[in-house]
Amino acid sequence: MNTKQIKLVAIVFILGLFMGSCKNNSSTSKSSNGVEEIKGEEVAVLTDAPNVPPPITRDYATKMIVNLEVIEKEMEMMDGVKYNFWTFGGSVPGKFIRVRQGDFVEFHLKNNPSSKLPHNIDLHAVSGQGGGAAATFTAPGHETQFSFTALNSGLYIYHCATAPVGMHIANGMYGLILVEPKEGLPKVDKEFYVCQGDFYTKGNYGESGLQQFNMDKALKEQPDYVVFNGKVGALTGDKALKAKVGETVRLFVGNGGPNLVSSFHVIGDIFDNVYPEGGTTLNHNVQTTLVPAGGSAITEFKCDVPATLILVDHSIFRTFNKGSLGMLKVEGNEMKSIYSGQQDDRIYQAEGGAQTMPDEPVVAAKPLTKEEKITQGKAVYASTCQACHQADGKGIDGAFPPLLNSDYFASNPSLVTKTIIHGLSGKITVNGKAFDGVMPKQTLSDAQIASVATFVLNSFGNKGGEVSPADVAKQRK
Amino acid sequence: MYKLFTILFLFIDLLVFGQSQPAMVNIKGGIFLPLYSLDSQKTIVKPFLMDVYPVTNEDYKKFILQNPTWSKTKIKSIYADTNYLHQWNSDTSFNATIALSPVVNVSWFAAKKYCECQGKRLPSVAEWELAGRASETKADASKDLKFNQWVLNWVSKSSPKVLPHVGSTFKNFYGVWDLHGLVWEWTFDFNSALTTGESRGNSGLDNTFFCGGGSFASKDINNYASFMRFASRSSVKAKYGVPNLGFRCVKNK
Repeated sequence: MNTKQIKLVAIVFILGLFMGSCKNNSSTSKSSNGVEEIKGEEVAVLTDAPNVPPPITRDYATKMIVNLEVIEKEMEMMDGVKYNFWTFGGSVPGKFIRVRQGDFVEFHLKNNPSSKLPHNIDLHAVSGQGGGAAATFTAPGHETQFSFTALNSGLYIYHCATAPVGMHIANGMYGLILVEPKEGLPKVDKEFYVCQGDFYTKGNYGESGLQQFNMDKALKEQPDYVVFNGKVGALTGDKALKAKVGETVRLFVGNGGPNLVSSFHVIGDIFDNVYPEGGTTLNHNVQTTLVPAGGSAITEFKCDVPATLILVDHSIFRTFNKGSLGMLKVEGNEMKSIYSGQQDDRIYQAEGGAQTMPDEPVVAAKPLTKEEKITQGKAVYASTCQACHQADGKGIDGAFPPLLNSDYFASNPSLVTKTIIHGLSGKITVNGKAFDGVMPKQTLSDAQIASVATFVLNSFGNKGGEVSPADVAKQRK
Repeated sequence: MYKLFTILFLFIDLLVFGQSQPAMVNIKGGIFLPLYSLDSQKTIVKPFLMDVYPVTNEDYKKFILQNPTWSKTKIKSIYADTNYLHQWNSDTSFNATIALSPVVNVSWFAAKKYCECQGKRLPSVAEWELAGRASETKADASKDLKFNQWVLNWVSKSSPKVLPHVGSTFKNFYGVWDLHGLVWEWTFDFNSALTTGESRGNSGLDNTFFCGGGSFASKDINNYASFMRFASRSSVKAKYGVPNLGFRCVKNK
């Protein structure tokens, strides 16, 4: 080989290098951090809750184009209660996005021209500045674009991160993106999308009309509404999720917050599998799983018997007073061997159980003697009256009138029962001293009031007397 | 001949500007402190004159007739994006119902030019905010919870399909209409506050900057309506047309 030939070979070799690198840059990439080769492209199917896009069956990575539009719109938070929601795709939670691990995602964020505000998106599935927030800061009537490779599999929240971030999230700007592992998720019969959020309104829970965002309640983390899928009743009645006996169900559970952590639980079933926090770890036989604000969980269970399963945040006041209640109706044949339903309903009387029962039926059964009333009345006094009127009946000057040698009811003992039944407020004079306070009416049974009144009339130097439950019942009217 | 021209010119001048020139009112100066800044960053605002109303489509049409290079079809693409005057049917026409609505989808370049042609200029952020903190009855209502909530409620709603006419919201303490409740407005130095769209990481770029979630450097951490205005300003570029962004002009006294 002469020098000329060597030069030629060298040139061809160098050219080859260049061409090779050009090819790598254009359509495919294979970098040192394990990025897969990208084949073809698809436009992502996006769905509104509770629907989930179909599972990904590809065994290769592709370029996935996601088009998401921000829409600000008035919707119902509850029947009759309206709210100005800010949404990713027109509903709360935002559209469900499903991609495969290794996919190259080309993300387009469009801000509807009717929007008042700029918005952006932080996808927790993104490795990069702000999860895409800085790259997608979009004025109304504009569109921005950025791309990322879905490096990690898992179920991730996305949300708006424009100032003030809390308010953008509190108005409904969050949703879920699932990055399916390369091998896919195990097959199930049904998949659903459930996302919790807390809302802060000017009026209290249930106050009708258009409700404005209440910043004070948001700062104090005291929501009026805690709901699944953006509305009280989004998953109940006709809108309940449905499955059949024997089917396996997977719930993709998100929590947009902005403030509360969810104790996610399904009443009437046990999670066979949970991917806590939407990660890879698999847990089994779980009753309640925590879903952090800005986090997720995947739960799976088999519907063993027909039932209406109740989805709740088991921080339970939220469920029964603020709206976090959904339903999954499981239909099919009974499986009595697993769950029988009620088999009997009979009388139960615990042995020697009279003392542990409420006293009312016992009193009704056998009238108490005066002495018995005084004994029982003393106990009632100790638990109900003594904190104010004191153990010795002297009361507290200026605050709580004395019962000791009281001239207030000396001439009219029925005032004792009347005061206990109805309460008393305003100026009174007792033993020459003025009082101007409030005694609330007491929630005691007729028998309890008869006993405690009898106790008072026969104690603290008072003149005596006796009150029967029938007297109390008469005075109640 | 020369005299005649002068008289004619004066006459036209009166006709064009004397009558159609929108009224301006005096805004007394003061100290403005951006919500993201430190005491050392106080801005002293000198007294100035501000347009009573935002510029309307009708006003803007007059400007286009006199300056056709700024019309929809002739404007240079570096000065405006394709949203420019999107609500107009042609270079000089629009549906009569929006004649008295504020002109929107106008770029910063165009707004600036408009004001210059009137012998005016765009307000600075400091000037706008100083005028904008006045409620109907108070020169400074920035601590007035009711006022702030009113502004915040407007911000929470999407824009109506047809923008209301100017003069449809409220007249503030100085006699200026529609600073809140109608459209956002361009300012001369609109992009001087926020530096990125990532509203949580900005403290790394500028320690005095705060954003809605994270920093405590803010003067008034709870004034969400102000945050929205600053966020809006920082989301736009000078060539952008935005469907709810208009402008008005100011002038030195």
